[in-house]
Amino acid sequence: MIKMPWVIETKSHRSPYAPLLAPLVAVAITVCTGIILLSLRGVPPGKALFFLYFSPFSSAFNISEVFLKMAPLLLIAQGLAIGFRAKVWNIGAEGQLLLGAIGASLLPIFFNDSQNPLMLPAMALIGGCFGMAWAGIAAWVRVRFNANEILVTLMLNSIALQLLFYLVAGPLRDPFGFNFPQSALFPEVGMLPILVDGLRVNISIFFAVIVTLLAWLFVERSMIGYKLEVGGTAPDAARYAGFGEGRAIWIALLIGGAAAGLAGAFEAAGPLGQLQRNISPGYGFAAIIVAFLGGLRAIGILFAAFFMAVIFVGGDIAQTSAGVPFAVNIVLQGVLLVTYLAARVFVDYRVRFGTKRRLPEGAH
Amino acid sequence: MLTLTFLLSGTLLAATPLLIAALGELVVEKSGILNLSIEGMMAFGAVIGFIVVTKTDGYWLAIAVGGLAGSALSVVFGAVVLVTLGNQVATGIAVGILGLGLSALIGQPFESSTVAPMAKVAIPVLSQLPIVGRGLFNHPAIVYLAPVLAFAIWFMLMKTKVGLIIRAVGESPESAHAIGYNVNAVRFAAILFGGFLAGVAGAFISIASTTLWANGLIAGRGWIVVALVVFATWRSGRIVIGAYLFGAATIGELLVQSFGIAIPSQLLTSIPFIATIVAIVLLSMDGRSIRLNAPVSLGRVYQVTQ
Repeated sequence: MIKMPWVIETKSHRSPYAPLLAPLVAVAITVCTGIILLSLRGVPPGKALFFLYFSPFSSAFNISEVFLKMAPLLLIAQGLAIGFRAKVWNIGAEGQLLLGAIGASLLPIFFNDSQNPLMLPAMALIGGCFGMAWAGIAAWVRVRFNANEILVTLMLNSIALQLLFYLVAGPLRDPFGFNFPQSALFPEVGMLPILVDGLRVNISIFFAVIVTLLAWLFVERSMIGYKLEVGGTAPDAARYAGFGEGRAIWIALLIGGAAAGLAGAFEAAGPLGQLQRNISPGYGFAAIIVAFLGGLRAIGILFAAFFMAVIFVGGDIAQTSAGVPFAVNIVLQGVLLVTYLAARVFVDYRVRFGTKRRLPEGAH
Repeated sequence: MLTLTFLLSGTLLAATPLLIAALGELVVEKSGILNLSIEGMMAFGAVIGFIVVTKTDGYWLAIAVGGLAGSALSVVFGAVVLVTLGNQVATGIAVGILGLGLSALIGQPFESSTVAPMAKVAIPVLSQLPIVGRGLFNHPAIVYLAPVLAFAIWFMLMKTKVGLIIRAVGESPESAHAIGYNVNAVRFAAILFGGFLAGVAGAFISIASTTLWANGLIAGRGWIVVALVVFATWRSGRIVIGAYLFGAATIGELLVQSFGIAIPSQLLTSIPFIATIVAIVLLSMDGRSIRLNAPVSLGRVYQVTQ
């Protein structure tokens, strides 16, 4: 029989700094992987390091791009983390984001010459509701029919993408757009205000930070948040206390859907200003990574979203200045989550080298 | 007549990779591990297989190397979920993303290039049958081997000691450990096997059915594979039926076009995904068949005790 040269034991207590270890290890390995990947493609290591991790801070424009991309990641990840803590696996944020973008686009497309300043808030509201409704399908079939939410939310991603393709190619296509699969440009009142003239960063980052605060309050300070978490870690105890699994699933999926839908509305109303096929460069999936990397905690996710945004922007810069394919971004995202999950073992368990098992503490 | 031939052969070609990968996932899930990274493993196998054919013209070599590529990726998955006790859902997604990224990166120089399709083996006599002959019996050998593999895996799981051990590990890792089996070794082997079949399925898509490499080639088929195992309530026979049904659904587009009905192509592309949701809902409704057949420890972290 194969014996591992180490023993993994359950921890009796955890130091407050231990949870920081896993994300730091993961980030360090990801940074190294990025440099190696670019070196393999003929970019000198020093330059690779610069392109991927320093150039995102090298100009006002690039910094603005980091915050622009951080906003949807942060928003979606906060919503997802609440579900993940309750062990509700919503893998459908990408689809919920697309639905949010579709919903929000309806107003500016059909009232294209509107001057009504209420359009933007209405778009955000509709976007959130559309995302919620899309996630609600998964919640309903899970609660009513016990259908696995992982598979249903995944399938809904693919369906949402086809729905978007259909809409921008047909009903929502710009009639004066030379048959390009995209909607008309939104009117001024349907666009998010820009923070700094000449840059693309907009007020969505403020919303994302506000949502972070709300998520923190919800998870750490509210009764519902506490019950949700108990429902995830000890379902029997939660049921005994009168908090059913069904409610937890509904709340977790609706919150995740609303956050993703809002992020979709902001993407359409923000940097794009129209509905088009590539509304999201995979924010919905990247946000899953962000949620885990942040330890499923509101504050941790803030930092994780920032780092993920740096990966996105660094990858874009490497693409334009060194001809590195966009796929490098995706590889790095995968490496980030894989190494994080592996490094968690040092946080959740006690790893001792040597094969002898020590007696549990207090059992002398 | 030509249409029927076309539809039959299209169904078989679409169903074969689903069947192969789902059989691999079945063995993995029977051992108690939920591997959600099939999509990435198929993509990785597809690109590696494609490159092998481009460079060497060896089709069977490409299938084997594609399978090994899938296994290589599953080593990462196995190490994280078994050695470092990572959450299986999150790890599956992570390794899936890694596989998709790697295949896009490695495949970039080959983007949109094509290869000649894998050689067809016409079954004597049967392929001469009127109407169905050309559609059913004139395919690459793997198409005929896939149902044989399904039988072999059923036999292995249900009639051999190896199968009994795998199932025991999946039902109750604690008991399997207590009677002296190395739970993690069994699970690791199952994961490698599942990764191999996912890689083979991917390579089949890139060199035998679509015969091209393009980023996003797998297009959600890996997720359908995962759904297929649930749909089949972890039974090999039903996986065969399910795979051919889904194969037919994925070519629904061609079917509808052949009848001249105007339906948006996007709706047709969605059919397999919608069908999956409906199937999961119908199946989960009474919950009994899932509870009775699902491996009890599926998805649960098992901590080895000495």
